[in-house]
Amino acid sequence: MNDLATRLGAEDLIGEYAERIDEDRLEEWPDLFADPCRYLVISRSNHEAGMRQGVMYAASRGMLLDRVFSIRRANLFEPHRYRHAIGPIRFKSIEGDVAVVNAHFIVARIMQDGLTSLFATGRYLDRIDISRVPFRFQERIVVLDSDKIDTLLAIPL
Amino acid sequence: MSQSALTADRGVSWPSNGISEVPFRVYTDRAQYDREQERLFQGPTWNYLCLAVELAKPGDFVSTTIGEAAVIVVRDASGAINAFVNRCVHRGNLLCLERQGNVKEFSCIYHGWTYNLTGQLTGVAFEHGVQRQGGMPDDFHKEEHTLRRLRVAELGGLVFGTFSDATPDLETWLGEDVTRGLKRVMNRTPHVLGRSTQILPNNWKLYFENVKDTYHASILHLFLTTFRINRLSMPGGIFINRDGGSHYSFAKLDYAAEDADYQHAQLRSDSEFRLNDNSVVESIDEYGDAISVQILTIMPGMVLQQVRNTIAVRVIRPRGVDRTELEWIHLGFDSDDEAMTERRLRQGNLIGPAGYIAMEDGCIGGFVQRALQYNDDGAGLVMMGGHEAESQSFRASEAAIRGFWKHYRALMGG
Repeated sequence: MNDLATRLGAEDLIGEYAERIDEDRLEEWPDLFADPCRYLVISRSNHEAGMRQGVMYAASRGMLLDRVFSIRRANLFEPHRYRHAIGPIRFKSIEGDVAVVNAHFIVARIMQDGLTSLFATGRYLDRIDISRVPFRFQERIVVLDSDKIDTLLAIPL
Repeated sequence: MSQSALTADRGVSWPSNGISEVPFRVYTDRAQYDREQERLFQGPTWNYLCLAVELAKPGDFVSTTIGEAAVIVVRDASGAINAFVNRCVHRGNLLCLERQGNVKEFSCIYHGWTYNLTGQLTGVAFEHGVQRQGGMPDDFHKEEHTLRRLRVAELGGLVFGTFSDATPDLETWLGEDVTRGLKRVMNRTPHVLGRSTQILPNNWKLYFENVKDTYHASILHLFLTTFRINRLSMPGGIFINRDGGSHYSFAKLDYAAEDADYQHAQLRSDSEFRLNDNSVVESIDEYGDAISVQILTIMPGMVLQQVRNTIAVRVIRPRGVDRTELEWIHLGFDSDDEAMTERRLRQGNLIGPAGYIAMEDGCIGGFVQRALQYNDDGAGLVMMGGHEAESQSFRASEAAIRGFWKHYRALMGG
């Protein structure tokens, strides 16, 4: 696979990820991951200190699906949506079937009454399985710039 | 209601001397909030400061807050742990800006005044002036100045501080039951697995009450019932200390039966109501006593929890009448192997700002706070399980909340 096709495939995956979350297609979000996988939302201070406990963690597609089921059926919170702005996307390296890609993000949270606020900023540290098309996340670590989360984190970032 | 009725008679007035009716204004009144800082957080109470292991070597320090007040905790050369206010005696500047680190002394960036690790003032820049001009007057003696010191106590690897000379020693103050509960959980050397801070849009007491509220758990938090987990839980109980403000509640679980139930569930087809991946709840009886949940609170703002194999300290930090910071400190123990660590990390999904059985607690206090906005006359009811604050052998009770108000009223003087 040539370099440009790899880049386009990875960009497409990263864009698809944001679209499925922001357009409330959460049921399709786990499909973007390989199985097993690693999905972790963690603050930069924890990550840089080598600590592994984040605020959201999944090690399988099943755990991602359970997160969606729980948000839809079990957890109670005020309805809200996100809007992701992603970029720049940085291609770091290709290690065999894995592309190592980083991307910056900003997420706004829009509450049901329209109140919009800056909810999270940070970086995606991705390891993307490029062995077949469409590409899938083997690992996505969501590194939050801040230790603080306003009210709660229900929808994945 | 007329405008004058809304604005007149501000202030908290209790409907009775009891503890089962709580005036809503305790959550909205600014003067009440200010008095709480003085009488609760800086009063005769023990407040969580840090883990002893965070102060492993002499010079290791942590800067934190008790209520809103900034404090420093540090281990000195003799190995003792000292705590003092994070405020230079000179002009009141924050002495220590970093959250954690190691120092030989504390030096104020504003005018260079220095302090040793016991809080004693040791150096004043240009104390004798510049070329014999200026300098501090003869009646200034730096050895007479020291940072305001707190008393410090350690229990189960947790370090506590108190501003007051009147606070009884920590174990006496906690009482036998709560001390036992704390020691049970903190029975090995801990380390931090990770931290996060949740900003709660509500008065701090709404969160502290929530933690003591064993009544809401199965009603507000639907995760366990939705996925048909925990049906095998067995009854537990509540221990409330003599003052009322500290407590622990617990419930037991038939681990073996739950395990068998999971195996059985693999064969069934109602997967919609089953977790795809059980590892988020698969737990082991690490204390060997079948207790799967133990929630312990220490007046006025600390929680120590065991929920299955998640161990965490939660620290409640008021940041205004209607704003609270809740820090989650997830713990593991040095004896954990990799499988145990991974188990704790996966179950970590249950708690914290995104916790399956905790996230609702992040918003529920804010809903109450919103409802009380200029609508805070009258009193709420805390009568489930009676009017008293006695230990109970069942958990559908508000006894521990009443315990909080008992202690609160005693400390606040009204």
